[in-house]
Amino acid sequence: MEVLNTFLIAPFLDMADSPIFLLEVVIGGLMAGVMYSLVALGFVLIYKASGVFNYAQGAMVLFAALTLVGLMERHVPLILAIILTMAVMIGVAYLIERFMLRKLVNQAQIILFMATIGLNFVFEGTGQIAWGSNVKKLDIGIPDNSFEIGGILMSSFDLFAAVTAAILVAVLAVFFQKTAVGRALRAVADDHQAALSVGIPLKTIWVIVWSVAGFVALVAGIMWGGKAGVQFSLVLIALKALPVLILGGFESVPGAIIGGLLIGVFEKVSEVYWGPAFGGAIEGWFAYMAALVFLMFRPQGLFGEKIIERV
Amino acid sequence: MFYREAGQFKSTYQSDQAIFPIAQDRWFIALVLVVAYVGIPLIANEYWYQAVLIPFYVLALAAIGLNILTGYAGQVSLGTGAFMAVGAYATYKLSTAFPELNIVIVFIMSGFFTAAVGMIFGVPSLRIKGFYLAVATLAAQFFVLWVFNKVGWFYNFSPSGTITAPPREVFGVLVTGPRAEPIARYYVVLTFLVVFALAAKNMARGHIGRAWMAIRDMDIAAEIIGIRPLHTKILAFAISSFYCGVAGALYIFCWLGSAETEAFDILNISFPVLFMIIIGGLGSVLGSILGAGFITLLPIFLTNAPPMIGIHMGTELQKHIEEIIFGVMIIYFLIVEPAGFNRLWQIAKEKLRMWPFPY
Repeated sequence: MEVLNTFLIAPFLDMADSPIFLLEVVIGGLMAGVMYSLVALGFVLIYKASGVFNYAQGAMVLFAALTLVGLMERHVPLILAIILTMAVMIGVAYLIERFMLRKLVNQAQIILFMATIGLNFVFEGTGQIAWGSNVKKLDIGIPDNSFEIGGILMSSFDLFAAVTAAILVAVLAVFFQKTAVGRALRAVADDHQAALSVGIPLKTIWVIVWSVAGFVALVAGIMWGGKAGVQFSLVLIALKALPVLILGGFESVPGAIIGGLLIGVFEKVSEVYWGPAFGGAIEGWFAYMAALVFLMFRPQGLFGEKIIERV
Repeated sequence: MFYREAGQFKSTYQSDQAIFPIAQDRWFIALVLVVAYVGIPLIANEYWYQAVLIPFYVLALAAIGLNILTGYAGQVSLGTGAFMAVGAYATYKLSTAFPELNIVIVFIMSGFFTAAVGMIFGVPSLRIKGFYLAVATLAAQFFVLWVFNKVGWFYNFSPSGTITAPPREVFGVLVTGPRAEPIARYYVVLTFLVVFALAAKNMARGHIGRAWMAIRDMDIAAEIIGIRPLHTKILAFAISSFYCGVAGALYIFCWLGSAETEAFDILNISFPVLFMIIIGGLGSVLGSILGAGFITLLPIFLTNAPPMIGIHMGTELQKHIEEIIFGVMIIYFLIVEPAGFNRLWQIAKEKLRMWPFPY
């Protein structure tokens, strides 16, 4: 009885007790969710266009952030540093296509997945050799002040992150829907062979997709780095993005956003209200369990393509 | 010329259905066993046992377990670390609760415990497939480790939160605990590996293995020809977890001596073991062993090679360079031979069959 009480009744009583606090927790969760979405977005872009489950996305975030910080430490102005970092990410995308993807065409997905784990090691190593491995502060001039709106505490940095994510998604949506390159990308995502047969250059498309993913990684790196400092643990946010991915569906950009927000809210609410009942530190697995339970009902995630199986 | 079936006539069904029907294969296996049981102990020293051979065998056992699930039954799993942890903690609890029980029996029993846990986490595989399943198995990984960290009962409420292998004997020889001789631990681990590898090879060629492969290749088609997906998938999870559980028990009891849940982390266990079976070859027992050898030996080689040829650098820098080389080697290997060592082995056998003629 007491167990039922702590797990099923007490948390809801707490919520009803102070709705303002609940709202604060939810908003905090949404903000965290935005950050997860930013990382998940990179996964989705690459998965959509090349069918590669790119585990190295987390390492790309670290790599981009390290490059940016390293340049800024050498007194390169912010805008120029961002442009230079972007150039580096495009170069990296080209190298990946040239030396890895091109040679692994037509391999099973798990082989490609393994190759990206190898890539992950390469990114981690090079990033840290080039720019050192101690924690760095990334200051891009966004104030991190707290203020209240209607009695709810908010942070301006979080708001900035949310706005950036919204802009990023809008830009990507326009890019995918309205430009010729975007159309080509969608064609490749639909069917590699059909796209090739109508004359879409697959190799160029892959470079573009990986560059775009590099750009998303850069944005995510700026946001995460600005919040928590640029350090090795940024790699592990890939693990945070995975439940977002399976909840939202691997192939869906809106899925990554909504999945990220859902997971963020879920995690914060469960940590605050159910955490004590479990004995704390449940954020490591709770998102995964939630996503797992959800998948039992909808195996392709929220917005994933319907899985059709034929014999 | 050296390796061919021609002229080896089978006069009984038994010899026709042997695990190794070709005489050369039997000789080869016998040779490997002699080297492992007699040759290596003659020349190996403590460093070799502790740093190379014991981890190699333990991880090879885990790799065979994962290969049963991923290679034969086609269910990608990233939860190997969790299953090994279950085996290790079960062994710890059993051997501290029943000190008189023979440690080998304890290892086997904790294998069964792990199998039960694996079956629970195998249930989602009926609904969830592919990468979705891979990520879903991470739920097992994180949840199980969290439980072992949180619940003090599992580590007997020791203040440090670690489990330590108590001294236990087999046939009057100490095989676990800090005072056990490396050679004794070596023989225990080796024997487990040999027995379980042969068992896996035997399982894979029988009706169980065929059902797994049918499910792997296309589960709907397999269902239509009368293979029950529930039974087959859950069985694959159970047996795979059994192997991983025993491997986890050996990992702590015969290698590390004591550990926290950290030792079963996704980066320490789950990914490396997955690497082993990919590089060794999916759906191959021999491949799992070769892959385990490659992945355990490569970092040791990379650490020791530069000083040997006279290059000295800072540990930090060397660690990163190792990382890069490791990553590049993995990618390179996947490009050159995506089917793994097992395929190379088959090519070698094919060539031997023809030798000295090219065709």
